[in-house]
Amino acid sequence: MSTWARLPAVARYALLVAAILAIWQAYVTLGHVQPLLVASPLDVAGAAWADLKDGQLEKATYNTLINLILGMIVGTLIGFALASFAVFSRIGQDLLTVLTSIFNPLPSIAILPLAMIWFGLQPKSIVFVVALATIWPVALNTDNGFRTISQTTQLAARNLGLRGWRLVTGVLLPAALPSIITGVKAAWAFGWRTVVAAELIFGVAGSAGGLGWYINNARYYLNTSNIFAGLVVISVLGIIVEGLFGFIERRTVVKWGMKRAA
Amino acid sequence: MVVAEDVAVDYLNPAHHGRTTAIEDASFDVRRGETFVIIGPSGCGKTTLLKTIAGFMRPTRGKLLVEGHPAREPGPDRAVVFQDFDQLFAWRTVRDNVVYALRVARNTPVRAAREKADAMLALVDITRAANKYPHELSGGMKQRAAIARALALEPTMLLMDEPFGALDMITRNQLQIELKNIHRRTGVTIVLVTHSIQEAIYLGDRVMVMSRHPARIREIVDTHDQSDVESPRFAELTGKLRELLVHRDQELDVPEEAVL
Repeated sequence: MSTWARLPAVARYALLVAAILAIWQAYVTLGHVQPLLVASPLDVAGAAWADLKDGQLEKATYNTLINLILGMIVGTLIGFALASFAVFSRIGQDLLTVLTSIFNPLPSIAILPLAMIWFGLQPKSIVFVVALATIWPVALNTDNGFRTISQTTQLAARNLGLRGWRLVTGVLLPAALPSIITGVKAAWAFGWRTVVAAELIFGVAGSAGGLGWYINNARYYLNTSNIFAGLVVISVLGIIVEGLFGFIERRTVVKWGMKRAA
Repeated sequence: MVVAEDVAVDYLNPAHHGRTTAIEDASFDVRRGETFVIIGPSGCGKTTLLKTIAGFMRPTRGKLLVEGHPAREPGPDRAVVFQDFDQLFAWRTVRDNVVYALRVARNTPVRAAREKADAMLALVDITRAANKYPHELSGGMKQRAAIARALALEPTMLLMDEPFGALDMITRNQLQIELKNIHRRTGVTIVLVTHSIQEAIYLGDRVMVMSRHPARIREIVDTHDQSDVESPRFAELTGKLRELLVHRDQELDVPEEAVL
């Protein structure tokens, strides 16, 4: 085993990130790059620090997350409902097939102009498109999860007299949890891209601007460092959420032996 | 307990867009407190018959009564132990599997359910695994847990579908001995499906032999009180069941195949 492989994972990743940052910094300082085009890591850190101190960056992050979380809650609940309906009836299954066929290929950001006409320049429009982005991955994966539950598990549940709603919450949902988590993860990935894109497009009027708005606003004033700062926050949040999903999986499906540890 | 008169079960076969007869003209009865064994070659419909008693399927023709009533729906009065290990809920510990079953099937209050669960886990000797998740257990331990969960429900009968079929020989023999003890202590009526002749004679009070294509009852053999596998009577019964299962099956299968 090489020295590199013997290091703990955290150290390996940290070293790689440090190397990338060093190369980036060297490129900007030694390469005489036009600072309007590329900001150095130190400039980005400075810009991020300044906007964190006056609360602008936190506010933008908060607004983005609120829109994302609201949209995901609505989308996930509708997704669960569609999948549950599909499990219990033929028409529900057909409805799910038809709706996902129509809407899944449609990038939900393409609905934004319509949402703006319906809801105006308000966070509601963003929540709407985020919900639309999350329904389908959740519904499809949950449905698939329900359908792949072992026959014996289902018979054991029916043997206990479980039916209807109690069957869904007591056995189907936990038994399908590996697929459900996969669905919510996919929904988060779609939702996250959608919320940032939607904010980039119309920013959201007044004080309710999110990270997309923050980046676009920085472009408007040619604050390249701030553009980078916004991007870094988006990336870091993504890493945190991935970690959160990993934590949830370790505490549930991995612990229950339904999925092997990564 | 169970009275079956001319029971036939067909099922829709999606592959052929037709109906397949799984069981034909089955008439038998299961008596209170006995261990009634159904034995037959694989694919003879013995599991279908058990599922029909359990209420997962309904007879297409004939009459099947459980405690005087047609078994239309599955219920905890006919607790089933399956062969597959995923009958246990993977997201609950062994103890919680039993507690949950009592809560939803019997509306038992939490504390009473916990006490009952512990007593049942002690009965099948897996107290030390009570707080483990099913995937952490060996095959034999999982089956013990499934038996504990089924017995906790105080069913009027225990339906067992090849419960030891996926276990190694040593574990299997051990569980057979323990099931016999449990039966002696609790007096619960057991309907057990197996394809092991030894298991059928050892555990069964009566053994119903089934044939294949179509599944019919060939004979019901009295086998009660055979705990000595070395005894001449055990050997005699083994020979008889083997004769019924293997030799006559060969004789009968040829013309039936020809007709089909």
